[in-house]
Amino acid sequence: MTAKKSEKSLYEKRASGRKVDEIRKMNAKVGIVPSADGSAMFETGNTRAIAVVRGPRELHPQHMRNSETGILRVNYGMMPFSVWDRIRPGPSRRSQEISKVAEWALASCIDLKQFPNAVVDVFIQIPQADAGTRVAGINAAAMALADAGIPMKEMVSAIACGKIDKTLVVDVDKDEEDFKDGEGSTDIPMVWTSRTKKIALLQLDGKISPDELKSVLEIGKNACEKIYAVQVESLKKSLEEKNE
Amino acid sequence: MSESRVPNLQRERIIEYLKSQKRFDGRGLKDYRDLKVEMGISKNAESSCSVKLGKTEVYAGVKLGFAEPYPDSQDEGTFMVSAELSPMASEGFDMGPPKIDAIELGRVIDRGIRESGLVDMKKLCIKEGEKVWQVFVDVVAINDDGNLLDVAALACIIALGNAKLPIYNEKENKIEHELSKDSLPLNKDALAFSMTFHKIGSEFVVDPTTEEELVSDYRLTIAIADNDGKPRITAMQKGKEGAISQEDMEKILKLAEDKWTEMFPKISKLVWGK
Repeated sequence: MTAKKSEKSLYEKRASGRKVDEIRKMNAKVGIVPSADGSAMFETGNTRAIAVVRGPRELHPQHMRNSETGILRVNYGMMPFSVWDRIRPGPSRRSQEISKVAEWALASCIDLKQFPNAVVDVFIQIPQADAGTRVAGINAAAMALADAGIPMKEMVSAIACGKIDKTLVVDVDKDEEDFKDGEGSTDIPMVWTSRTKKIALLQLDGKISPDELKSVLEIGKNACEKIYAVQVESLKKSLEEKNE
Repeated sequence: MSESRVPNLQRERIIEYLKSQKRFDGRGLKDYRDLKVEMGISKNAESSCSVKLGKTEVYAGVKLGFAEPYPDSQDEGTFMVSAELSPMASEGFDMGPPKIDAIELGRVIDRGIRESGLVDMKKLCIKEGEKVWQVFVDVVAINDDGNLLDVAALACIIALGNAKLPIYNEKENKIEHELSKDSLPLNKDALAFSMTFHKIGSEFVVDPTTEEELVSDYRLTIAIADNDGKPRITAMQKGKEGAISQEDMEKILKLAEDKWTEMFPKISKLVWGK
C-alpha cells in the first residue's frame, strides 16, 4: 500500500528512514507485574506502555454497579519522566479523555455478562514516550486482558496513523507529530478488532480529505494485522512458559 | 497500607515461623531478596531506573527544570521527591489523589536525601535570587510485594547518582532537549542508604514482604551514611501503632549497623557505578 499522492508532498521520505507503512521495531511481553491478574508491556520504537488488569472484583462506589453485567474501567497515565518536559503526576484533562476512549475501545471486545456488579480495572502507564502512547497502551491493555483470562470476543490492535503534509504514514513518531510545513501533521489514532474488522477507536486532529481518510484507514487496518501477530505471539509465549 | 488484610490464622503462622527463624519464602530473618537494577527506562529523563527487590518493583526518574529560588535560600536549587502508589502496583492502593501512604513515602525519602546533603544545592544556582535548577525525582510503584519504601529510596539515589544536567542555552534562556556531559552536582560522601526494620511478634525482619508488613507491630526506617567507615544516621521514621522498648531500640541499632556494613558497599557501587 503506497500513499496517495496527487501532488508532491513536502514529506516524501520519513526522517527515521522508515517506509510509509513501516511500524517501528515492536516488542511485547506478557506477565510483567506479578501481583496483577493480568499484565503486559508493548513497545514500538521509543514508546513503551505497560498495562495491568485487576479484576473482576467488587465495584466501589456501589451506585456504579450494574446488575446486568460487569463493567470495565480504564485509567491511562504518563509517568512524570516519560517526556522531556516533566508531567505533573496525577490525572489531567488529556489523560482522562484518553482513559475514556481507550475504555470504549477495549469494552467493545470483551464480555463481562457473567460478572454482574463487578468491575475489571485496567491501568495503563507510559514510562517512555515518543508519540503514539494511547495506542501502545491499548495494545498492552488488550494483551493484559487476555492474560487475565477475561472473556474476549476478539482481540483489538491499535495504531496511530498520520498525514504528514500530504504523505500518509503509519506509527507516527514525535518528530512527525511536530511537522509544521505544508499541511502540517494530522494525527489519526485508531483501533481495529481482529476478527470482525471493526473500528473500535477513531480520533483525528488536523485536516484530511474523505478519500485520504479511506486510504489511511486501510493502511491502519493492515498495520493492525501486524500488531495483532505480535500480540498473539507474546500471549502464546507466556502460555507456554506458564505450562512449563 | 490498609488495615490488616491478613487473616488471624495466617498472622499466627507468620509469627510462629519467625520464632523458629524461618520465613515463608525461605529467607533468613535478616536477608534481603535478590536485587536487580535496570538503567534507562526512559530516554527522556535526565536519569531513570527500575529497581527490583524480589517481586517488588519501582521506577524512578530524575527531571530538571528552572525555578525561582526560595526567599530563604536565594543561592540554592530546589529539590522534590514525589511518589505515586498507583493501583497498578497493588490490590491495596486506590485511585485518586495521593493517599497518606504515598505522601509519607515521598516525604520520608525527600527528607532523607535532602537532609543528608547528597544534592549540592549551591551548585544548582544559576543566578542568585533569580534562577536556579529545580530537581524532581518521581517514583512510580510498579509492583508491591513489600518494602516499597526501601526500594523506592534506593531507586531515587541510583537515579540521582547517574543523572546528567541538561544543556542550558543561556542565550535563548531555555533548556535544550539534550543532556550535557556534566553530572548532577552531588556530595558523594553524603550518600545515605535507607533500611526499614519490622517488629513481628518477638522478632525483627528486614526487607519484609506485604504479608509480613501487614502483621508487624511497628516499623523503623533508618537512613545511614558513611562517616569514614563508621555509620552515621541521617534520617529516621517510626511507623505504625506499636511502641519501641529501649531494649528493642538497641537491638535494632545493632542490626542496622550490621546490615549497613554488609549492604553499603554494594549500594555505593550501584549509585556511583564503581
